[in-house]
Parts: sequence; C-alpha cells; structure tokens
Amino acid sequence: MAKQTAIEQDGVIIEALSNAMFRVELENGHVITAHISGKMRMHYIKILPGDKVKVEMSPYDLSKGRISFRYK
Amino acid sequence: MIFLKTDEEIELLRISNQIVAKTLAEVAKLIAPGISTAQLDKVAEEFIRDQGAVPGFLGYGGFPKSICTSVNEQVVHGIPSDKVILQEGDVISVDCGAYINGFHGDSAYTFPVGEVKPEIMELLKTTKESLYLGIEQAVEGKRLGDIGYAIQSHCEAKGYSVVREMIGHGVGRNLHESPEVPNYGRKGNGTMLKTGMTIAIEPMINLGKRQLVFEKDGWTTRTIDNMPSAHFEHSVAVRKGKVDILSTFEYIEQVLGTKAI
Repeated sequence: MAKQTAIEQDGVIIEALSNAMFRVELENGHVITAHISGKMRMHYIKILPGDKVKVEMSPYDLSKGRISFRYK
Repeated sequence: MIFLKTDEEIELLRISNQIVAKTLAEVAKLIAPGISTAQLDKVAEEFIRDQGAVPGFLGYGGFPKSICTSVNEQVVHGIPSDKVILQEGDVISVDCGAYINGFHGDSAYTFPVGEVKPEIMELLKTTKESLYLGIEQAVEGKRLGDIGYAIQSHCEAKGYSVVREMIGHGVGRNLHESPEVPNYGRKGNGTMLKTGMTIAIEPMINLGKRQLVFEKDGWTTRTIDNMPSAHFEHSVAVRKGKVDILSTFEYIEQVLGTKAI
C-alpha cells in the first residue's frame, strides 16, 4: 500500500488576508487559506491577488497550505 | 525513526511477503473479464486467513477491504466493489498485505485483463523494469535518491510520468514506517541506506500526466487525465553488496505462464 506524502500544487491568489495569510484557489478548484513561507518573507517577496503560486499541503489538513514559490 | 532489523526479523518479514506473493498468485488465477473486484477481495482474504495470517490492509487507517484493486486510470488504493466488473482490455493493479508473527508483508502487481493495447503493455513492462532498476540501488552505502533517480530516469526517458503524491515506505512491524521512499529524486541525495533497513519500493507510473485526483471515498486516487497507470511493488531488505528481495513474483508468473509481463 502506497504512503501518501505532502502534496504540492499550483494555485492563484484570490484575496490577501491579514498576517501574511492568503486565500488561494487551487488548480482543482478548492479554496484554501495559505501562509507565506519564512524564506519568502526573509527575501521580501511580495504577493498580490492574481499571482500564480506553488502551495505545499499536508494530506491531514486539506484546508490550509504554505506558499513556497511565486511564479513570475 | 528508522528501525534496523536483525537477520531473524528479516526472515519473519520474508514469511509475510511469501504469503502475499502466494495470495497474489491466487488472485491472478481468477482475473478474467466478467469478475468483480469484490470477488477477488473475498478470495484474497480467505487465502490469507487460511495461511494463519491476517490481511494487513483491513482496517489500516480505516481501509475497508483486504486488497487494493485499482482498475485502469485508478492509480492506487482502489476499494474492491461489486459494481466494478473487469472488462477485456483493462489493467488492474492488485496491492496486497499480510500480517503474521508481528510483521507486515507488502507487494503489488499490475495484471492485464485479456488482450490489452500494446502501448499499455509497454507501460506495464517499463514500470516493472524500473522497479528492478530501483531495487538494484537498494544496497548499503547508496542513498534513497539513487533509487528514485533510477526509477524516474528510466520511465521519463520513455515519456511516462512518475506520481509524486504517493511514495514507497519502510515496512516492518508497521505497514508504513520511516523512511519515505519517493520514486523520483536526485543521485546521491536523501538518507543513506544501511544493512537491516527494510523498504517497500513501489513505482507508480502514468501514461499521461502525473497529477492525481483524490476521489470522494477518501481512498481511491485516479489520474487527472483518465489515462491508465501501472503499479508494481516489492519489499526489499538492504544488505551489503547484494540485493535481497523479500517478496517474489515467481508464483504469479507461474500462473500467468507466457502471458507474464
């Protein structure tokens, strides 16, 4: 039986929330809240609604995610 | 935490895996157009219990059946059902586990049903080859990335894609243990392999895109573009300088005869 691992998906920012949280619409249509990764904060990477981002998710909580990359 | 097994423990694991191999051969005898996957599950469960073992998947994380049957575009964790009837030209991946003497066996094989299109046969063949290429890397001193690289490079060279969401795993007293064994990776990366580690290597290769969709039943996964997928799995013990495969496809290939992939 195969083991499920953390899932990586692409999505589009639909709304900026407070505390560097964002509402992200994933490719499969699900809407999750995601926070920006510490490394992206260190490098002052700004994210705006409409940006395409890579989101990491855990299989155990499908409502939250972590933004790990902003596409150009 | 990675548990290193002693030689005695590895022999116990071999017993569990041999039962799994024989169960898969029993299932192989029945696979033909017109049979439902629930019937396969029933036969597998009875056979495992006859050997004095317990189905390893039954109740694991809430899984309702003893084997996973994934037909065509389903990748892994398909739940056997009366409604799924095998058709000529299908491929079905059967993943089976048995628990005896405190150890789990885990192995999987993808069977063609009747005559299958040549491009799908080619997919099955490549996946099986990649499994053995991955196993070749499972010796002391190599790293997990070497296993992943061997599988990924072989399959992607032929234009197939490697599933990322589902991966292999350590196997032993628990069905899923550390380490995680991805089917993709870079040479020389990841955990160093040591004598006594037991891992299940299971490439899941898609004909089309690599992305998966999780079905509403909470288990079944299928490919996003509904293209077929193949899945082979062996449990392997890591040793110094030689490959030690605990499970075997020998019994299955005896049943399949010339039809074996």
